[in-house]
Amino acid sequence: MTTAESAASEAELPVPKAGVSIGSRPLDDDFKTVGNVRVNDARMSCTDVNVFYGEKHAIKHVDLDIGKNQVIAMIGPSGCGKSTFLRCLNRMNDTIDVCRVSGAIALDGQDIYDKKLDVVPLRAQVGMVFQKPNPFPKSIYDNIAYGPRIHGLAASRVELDEIVERSLTKAGLWDEVKDRLDQPGTGLSGGQQQRLCIARTIAVEPEVILMDEPCSALDPIATAKVEELIDELRENYTIAIVTHSMQQAARVSQRTAYFHLGHLVEVGETTEIFTNPRHKLTEDYITGRFG
Amino acid sequence: MQTPILILVLLGLMAFAFHLGKTRSLATVGGRTGIRQLHSLPAYYGFYTALWAGLPALLIAGVWLFFESSVITSMVVAGLPAELRDQPPAQLGLLVNDITNLANGNIVSRAVDDQLRAAADHMNALRGIGKTALTAVALCIALGAGALAWRTIGPRMRARNRVEAIVNALLIISSLIAILTTVGIVLSVLFESFQFFHKIPLTDFLFGLEWSPQIALRADQVGASGAFGAVPLFTGTLLISVIALMVAVPIGLMSAIYLADYASPRLRSYAKPVLEVLAGVPTVVYGFFAALTLAPAIRGAGEAMGLSVSSESALAAGLVMGVMIIPFVSSLSDDVINAVPQSLRDASYALGATRSETIRQVILPAALPGIMGGILLAASRAIGETMIVVMAAGLSANMTINPLDSVTTVTVQIVTLLVGDQEFDSAKTLAAFALGLLLFIVTLGLNIVALHIVRKYREQYE
Repeated sequence: MTTAESAASEAELPVPKAGVSIGSRPLDDDFKTVGNVRVNDARMSCTDVNVFYGEKHAIKHVDLDIGKNQVIAMIGPSGCGKSTFLRCLNRMNDTIDVCRVSGAIALDGQDIYDKKLDVVPLRAQVGMVFQKPNPFPKSIYDNIAYGPRIHGLAASRVELDEIVERSLTKAGLWDEVKDRLDQPGTGLSGGQQQRLCIARTIAVEPEVILMDEPCSALDPIATAKVEELIDELRENYTIAIVTHSMQQAARVSQRTAYFHLGHLVEVGETTEIFTNPRHKLTEDYITGRFG
Repeated sequence: MQTPILILVLLGLMAFAFHLGKTRSLATVGGRTGIRQLHSLPAYYGFYTALWAGLPALLIAGVWLFFESSVITSMVVAGLPAELRDQPPAQLGLLVNDITNLANGNIVSRAVDDQLRAAADHMNALRGIGKTALTAVALCIALGAGALAWRTIGPRMRARNRVEAIVNALLIISSLIAILTTVGIVLSVLFESFQFFHKIPLTDFLFGLEWSPQIALRADQVGASGAFGAVPLFTGTLLISVIALMVAVPIGLMSAIYLADYASPRLRSYAKPVLEVLAGVPTVVYGFFAALTLAPAIRGAGEAMGLSVSSESALAAGLVMGVMIIPFVSSLSDDVINAVPQSLRDASYALGATRSETIRQVILPAALPGIMGGILLAASRAIGETMIVVMAAGLSANMTINPLDSVTTVTVQIVTLLVGDQEFDSAKTLAAFALGLLLFIVTLGLNIVALHIVRKYREQYE
């Protein structure tokens, strides 16, 4: 996938710096991420991103590219900041009063934290799927039609019907729900609800889809379906997924980023990270020594 | 022993029994170290003993106090000389009253003779016996029941379950009291209304267009035709309530939306209590504000525009009532809007919805049942409100939907019907019950309709 990875300069220190150890001991503030944070065809590009919750420094100097049409998985122990980082990418953190973001995050070269940029079209371009399925308490049809309606994507009822069918088909839910589109989305099973939420997100044709632990509330069969879906969506969309399951990260992603206490410790090709981690913390985490 | 003292003594006994029961439960298992062998915590054994020591005795005392006067009176009457006893019931009642007054040392309406004196002494003697007997019986029962309960205490006795059963019974009795009171009120209104409908036909009352509840006290009185058509009253009530809701619903809902979704938490923590103070202002204060400030202002404004406005107008009453019920709408709506899960807001924002789209299309539909509840509460306050209308809208039962006219409402008429001297079985007085019944039915109907609407349109989020 990332052709840049092989061409990356190996000048960076692959060896952990002194003072880094297992467990919760913080890394130095000037810590440099191991691995190549940049890719050739980046859809989103983050430079020196810092997030503060009041006094708490939650994300520390993170540089990261998110490559076009690939899945990047963000892993790390609880509280490491991976979800916070994900929520920066479509400015969902704006809804939290005490949260402050600095640094630059660009979508297709446009800084999304630019004062002049309107957050509403941004979120239509960068959609999000949440940890817990959160369908609107409306009919299945209205759940999907909600986004297209508010953005005026359909000129007629027929077009709207098409969008709904297309989105549900892409999310692999159409055959299961086509006979009961007028029934409440909250009446579906957990796995179906989550696929409904994914369908709702792709109905507004975003470029990037952020997924915050999308399978953590689902059973293994539903999880398998959603993972399959993520793999299919990669053709048309760029996906960033936060997950607690390393198997899931290994199954669905092409690149993996390992976060630790607000630092982006290591990033690289998924196969590379899981077979040959270069940083001690990454190795400890994926071999299950802590986390 | 005086009754209050007896009750205090019983309470003291209960406290003592609690202590004894607790101590004994611990003693049966050899002190605190054996506490795990007890079925229940020691305090439950204490409560168990205390309840047995107190409740039966208090119950006996309560029953006696309830029947005391009728029992003693009938015994006194039975002891009267035959010539006094064989009177018509009304005369006998007066005599008994005098005996009671004499026994209590109050003023007596007839000359005190020996017979009367003897009867009063008899009554006092009976009361004394009654008190002593009650004290003795109550204390014996308290001690006996308490001792029995105390003796049964042992590690295997399930004190917690028994105490909880008693508490359960108390809870059931409390809720029964509330329910039975409601049923009693409805039944009494119902029966009085039936009496009214014997005098005035139901159709005249329901469909009559004129309200002028004058009944002749004497047959030859002038201007005493009496018309009991409830329609003008209900149009008046409806007119004022609609005006009030037209003020309260938009303002209340919008302020709720602002407080819940736009205001900073700090501002919200100040603004919400201040808004709720509006509900705490006595209605009579709103009433004179409406009558002395707003009604003249409306009349002045109307005259400036060349309209004829009566000095007491439905508009003035409705507007002020609307302000009064804003907090019912805003406070309840604010609570339910806040209760809509953040995940639904996130879902909407993540699709690129603006804040107002999110509120209109996601939050309000999800919060609809609660908002309707608030509006209903406000509406029933508006329909039942009396003071503001008395002061600001007048008493004349005009059949109109012109808000600049003076109108009157059902509740105001109920007040005027029952104020002052009148026979209790005249149509005029009984009309109040009929109005009350009709008002009750109308509000009940409104509630049912609203509930139905809510059930149909609600978007249930969990």
